[in-house]
Amino acid sequence: MSILLVVAVVLAVIPLIYILGDVIIRGVPAISLTFLTHLPTGPTFSGGGIANTIAGTFTMVGIATLIAIPIGVGAGIFFSEWSGNKLSTVSSFMNDVLTGFPSMVIGLFVFIILVLTTKHFSAFAGAVALSFIMIPIIGRTTDESLKLVPTTLREASMALGIPRWKTILRVVVSTGKNGLITGIVLAIARATGETSPLLLTAATGTHFITNLFNQPTGSMTILIYQYGTSPYASWQTQAWGTALVLILIMLALNIIVRFGIGRNLSEARMD
Amino acid sequence: MIHENFEAFPAKLETRNLTALYGKVEEINRINLKFPENRVTAIMGPSGCGKSTLIRCLNRIHELTPRAKVQGEVILDGVDIYSSKIDPVAIRRRIGMVFQKPNPFPTMSIYDNAVAGLKLNGVRDKKRLNELAERSLRMAFLWDEVKNDLKKAGTNLSGGQQQRLCIARTLAVQPEVILMDEPCSALDPIATAKIEESIAMLKKNFTIVIVTHNMQQAARISDYTAFMYLGKLEEFGETAKVFEAPKSELTEKYITGKFG
Repeated sequence: MSILLVVAVVLAVIPLIYILGDVIIRGVPAISLTFLTHLPTGPTFSGGGIANTIAGTFTMVGIATLIAIPIGVGAGIFFSEWSGNKLSTVSSFMNDVLTGFPSMVIGLFVFIILVLTTKHFSAFAGAVALSFIMIPIIGRTTDESLKLVPTTLREASMALGIPRWKTILRVVVSTGKNGLITGIVLAIARATGETSPLLLTAATGTHFITNLFNQPTGSMTILIYQYGTSPYASWQTQAWGTALVLILIMLALNIIVRFGIGRNLSEARMD
Repeated sequence: MIHENFEAFPAKLETRNLTALYGKVEEINRINLKFPENRVTAIMGPSGCGKSTLIRCLNRIHELTPRAKVQGEVILDGVDIYSSKIDPVAIRRRIGMVFQKPNPFPTMSIYDNAVAGLKLNGVRDKKRLNELAERSLRMAFLWDEVKNDLKKAGTNLSGGQQQRLCIARTLAVQPEVILMDEPCSALDPIATAKIEESIAMLKKNFTIVIVTHNMQQAARISDYTAFMYLGKLEEFGETAKVFEAPKSELTEKYITGKFG
């Protein structure tokens, strides 16, 4: 029995190690200071970098995070603290549906409401699409971490004559905050790695943007797609390099969750 | 069965036909009780008799549970706290509660736990907070043990200390009535003795209602005892009389250990 489990684990880990190894071997040669700090060049020129896509990804994920945190955390509080409410039950279910929604469809939706209406691809449209990916993740993790807060703490606070909204903010959210932060960081990691919501919203770009609302904006993931499918060896190498940078960012975010916040999390889960 | 000469005492808190439901199940049925001022009243009875539900109705905490409902009246100083004009939040500041399991706020220090009810209700005055923190911790017999560790987390204390911290937290809001829902059931005998000692002091300034399934405890610390059975009030009177000359056969059986 345990042998079968070990086999399953090995089979699960092989693709991960293979992908990681491949990306490192093919990506490392592309990485240099120029690569990280310069703008892209044509495929027949040497040098050139991906600086604008790094900036684009950070800008869009940043704006998406600003949109998603208040909405996602608010929704999560509603799911958890009004769990008997019908609207809460229905919207909590919708939240789960949205979590599993095809991200291409989210991109298409934002294309219709923001790109077609403004006649521009933009970083803002990309950010809105990414926030739709993040909101249900933050909503669910907020809900789950607040449900771990013992009811007796809510009662203790209410019994002191503290109003409900203050009980929720100062006692419940404060006790479950590590879970909330974990959810937010994981949502950021997920949004950073998304490609399809950006295809129809931010599109691509070769320069730093100066306007959030009317300029197509390059991102690392779309650059990987573009360069990776191009016939030029230099671009293909840069696609591997970009993939490596992206993976390192994801790794860093996961390490933050695991070792930075994760440790405190176990303390907060006392009952 | 309610013992005579009880009417003589002024009631700080009183229930009139108090009925509590959870869904469609009646947990307590038409309870009429008086809690005399500056006295300790114990509510005892076997598990599931509704004693915890009763005490949770007295500060309007019961209704926070989904599907829970309360009927009848609870009179505090002549005013029904279930009247539609009354704000339950304000009532809870006048009627404090200590719970079965110690439940200090895990994100707060000992000091912040002690004054949580004041700080979260907008009291900013440092001097006043410090005074009330020290006074409440002293009244809960905890000050000497924690005065040098006020900045440490409340959850680092032992179970008994945590419970005394919860008592201090309740006292800091300066309530008139203190409800205690089996406050010692999770504690060892030494910790229990300390809490009982503080209860004996507290009754000088507060009206105390304590739920307990421990008969010896009820006999030791209370002036009046109510015995509940299957959601109904079975007997109520001075503790000495209830224990020495119970009027109800059920009470007698319970006290002599024939069931429970």
